Parts: sequence; structure tokens; C-alpha cells
Amino acid sequence: MIHKFKLSGYNVLLDVNSGGVHIVDDLTYDLLDSVEPPFEDACPAEVINKLSRSYPEADIRECYDEIVSLYNDKILFSEDDYEKYALTSLASPIKAMCLHVSHDCNLRCKYCFASTGDYDVGRKLMSLDTAKKAIDMLIEKSYGRKFLEVDFFGGEPSLNFDVVIKTVEYARSKEKEFDKVFRFTTTTNGMHLTDEMIDFINKEMYNVVLSIDGRKEVNDRMRVRIDGTGSYDLIIKNFKRLVDKRPKDKDWYVRGTYTKYNLDFSDDVMHLYDLGFDQISVEPVMADACEDYAITEADLPRIFKEYEVLADKIAKIRANGKFINFFHFMLDLDQGPCAIKRLRGCGCGNEYVAVTPDGDIYPCHQFVGVDEYKMGNVHDGSFDNKMKDEFARAHVYTKPECKKCWAKFYCSGGCNANNYIYQGDIHAAHKLSCQIQKKRLEVAILMKAVQLMDSAE
Amino acid sequence: MKHIKTINKANLKETAAKGGCGKCQASCQSACKTSCTVANQKCEKEA
Repeated sequence: MIHKFKLSGYNVLLDVNSGGVHIVDDLTYDLLDSVEPPFEDACPAEVINKLSRSYPEADIRECYDEIVSLYNDKILFSEDDYEKYALTSLASPIKAMCLHVSHDCNLRCKYCFASTGDYDVGRKLMSLDTAKKAIDMLIEKSYGRKFLEVDFFGGEPSLNFDVVIKTVEYARSKEKEFDKVFRFTTTTNGMHLTDEMIDFINKEMYNVVLSIDGRKEVNDRMRVRIDGTGSYDLIIKNFKRLVDKRPKDKDWYVRGTYTKYNLDFSDDVMHLYDLGFDQISVEPVMADACEDYAITEADLPRIFKEYEVLADKIAKIRANGKFINFFHFMLDLDQGPCAIKRLRGCGCGNEYVAVTPDGDIYPCHQFVGVDEYKMGNVHDGSFDNKMKDEFARAHVYTKPECKKCWAKFYCSGGCNANNYIYQGDIHAAHKLSCQIQKKRLEVAILMKAVQLMDSAE
Repeated sequence: MKHIKTINKANLKETAAKGGCGKCQASCQSACKTSCTVANQKCEKEA
């Protein structure tokens, strides 16, 4: 399978199964509309006739030979032989956990997928006992895995920070005995970050995600306090304090959501950059189409253009020798994750689970509150291995749209929760997400290709 | 080549043969939580 696209004056050719990225001239781009394996010894006469009005015959023949040469080298039209690996993770240990320490929040963000913090299951905080039992379960079910990930999530986790601190202490106390290394992360809205919390996060958290949408008017339209006022002024101050004190070897991101109201979201990325935040993730809102802020198919052309604008802005910053990282443009074309990792997405329900304040286990944070996807409870030790198997079998070869999609080894089947929420089936690709994802990938692939070409010169 | 410039190692198949150790981060834990991109993750297999 190949995928080709034109962007910013370049013709990009992707060989899906080898991961090969090629920059091609117009002739190659057009010729590939007419040729595919099995190839002949020389370019077929009808193909030459078709293209000879636009290109010299000798060039067409030469180009055909180049295509055949890459085919023989297995970096063009290479075979898809990965399906045999798709069942290798059926018996995977659980290695990651989203710990919902707080089903309460001090913001009432209008687009919150967690129903402003309580997931429609009531405002609650997790007890230390429940958190400890969740850690125990993770240790027990992570056989063979040394590195374990625990994300303190909510709601707003800082509302239950004492439990966060004590859970970290508890997990650390078990590392040596069970030969595990915990990697803690958290996501915070920044409303309640004291110096003590910041110091603790910067010491213990491998990554921290700081929620802010960008420009003040954009942020304060959606990210509002209980009294309806905006959060921008306070969180900017708190996030700056955290980032200024953050050790250089630890990850962090400011992470925003764009909606129909800020389809010019590249301005929000630049606003965050101008404030001194250079690790940035800004993502489309996922919402029911009836919401006024929801992104719909009609918005896609504007969004696609905006990713191109954003790429140009980032390129200009980098051309001046400055650093900026946009999460969804990160791509390593040579040393990224292995093909086996790429067969399924986040591993939710299989390698990754979420635990609620009551100790209920779900495939991930976005399934919380969906009764049919409750997998068990940490207090009674119940765990639905049949459901775990169902998620393990949800890979790019069991998702019909993914199987034939050029982007399958980049997004890896997408978000099972979005598939379920918006399409009714974890195997049914969420079309809006797919279209945005594919555009982001095209832009990211070209950015990386240009960077590699520049560094080779 | 005159018409085609290959940019990268195109080594996805090699990674299948040597991969699958599972040491890498669960992708949703990084900086998204509402979408999924796997290709921007790091391989953490020890050499």
C-alpha cells in the first residue's frame, strides 16, 4: 500500500508497510496513478502514451525503472505481513493505570468529557485505601514489566493531593521488593497549585500535563470557574511557576483543546509559546454534534489549513534556532515505536486501565461510567479477563476501516473510547478523528522529511 | 536516483522482528488523553 500527497510544494510518497518516506517529482507522482505490481521489464506502452503529452518518453522509462528498483528493495509497494503479530499481546500484563483520585473539580469546563469532573457518577475523592489497592493490583497484574505508569487524573487531582503524595510514597516503598519502577504523571488545571504541590510534582512526576487552551478569551470561554468567571489569569501564573522550577530532564506539556470557536488555534499555540511554554499539545474537542462548540465535518477544510499554518509558524521559529515542540507533529521516521506497538493504540483495557474513587476498573478514563465496560473492582479483586481479551483483539486488522487505511501504523487504530462513544463500537473508526489525524500526520511527515533533507545537506 | 529521493531508513519491518517488548509508554498517558497517536512515541527497548 502506498499513500501520496502534495503539500507546501512537495510531492510526498509513503510506503505504508515499510514506513518508507520518499519525496518525488511530478512525473513520479503522476506515473504512480498508472503503475503498480506486478511490474514489467519496461514501462508499458499504454502508460507511456498516457503520460507522453506531459513528460519526455525517456524520463518516463527512467522513472518507471526507479519505481521498480525501490519495489525490488522492498521500500515501495512492500507487503503487509504484520497481521501474524496482532495476537502477540493477548496475554499482555497491565503496565499503566489512570488513577482517578478526584471525581471533583474546581472548574466547570463546558466541553469536559467527564461531565465537569464527576463522570456522571457523583463527586467523590479516592481514599488512600482504594489507591493502595489499585497499586497492589497493578503490581500483581504487571508480571514481567519493570516500568509501570500511574497517571493521577480527575476531575482535578490536586483536590486530593494528600492521597497523591501518600500513594506515591506507597508505590515507591514497593519498588525494590517487586523489582518495579513507577513512572508517575499527572494532569492538572492549575487552579490550586501550591509551592508544595509544585515541588512534589517536579520531584516525582515523570510528566505533567498542564491544561490551558491558549489566548485568554479562548481559554475563558470554555475553562470557567464554578461562578462562571475565567481561569486564565490564575493558571498562567501557576503554570509558569511550575515550569520555571521543573528539572530539565522531566517532561511537561501545556495542553489545550480547540473548538469551533477557535479554529484559528495556531494563534493559541503561538500565544502559549510567546508566554514561554515551548512544549505544547493542542487537540480538537470531541463532542456531540449538537453542542454549539462541537467540530463538524464542515469545519475540516478550515482545520486542515490551520495545521499547515501552524507548521509554517513552527518552521519559522526553528529556522531562527529556537526550540518549540508540538505534540502531534512529533514523529520519528527512523527510530519510533516498533511495528508491533503500532498494531493497537493506547492499549486500553489490555495494558492500561482506569480506576475510579470507588475502586471500579474501566478500560480507560473515557469509559468511566459506562456500565457495560466496567471491568471489575480493586476491593473485591474482580477483573474481567474476557473483556481484557476483547480489547487485546481490537487492533488495526480487526477494525475494517483501519485495515485499509494508510495511517494505520501511525495512529494504530485510534481511540477505542471515541470509537465507542461516537460510532457505537470500539472497532468502528471515529471518522472525524480519523480525518483530523490523517491531516496532522501528513503535515508531520512532511515537516520531518524536510528536516531530514536539510540536515543531510 | 533522479526522480525519487528516499528520506528515511524504511525499517518498520525490522522493528517487527525485534520488537514487542512492551517497555514503552502507554500512548494515552503522554499528553493527549482524548486522542491517540502512537508513532510519536519513543522505543524504550534496551540495546
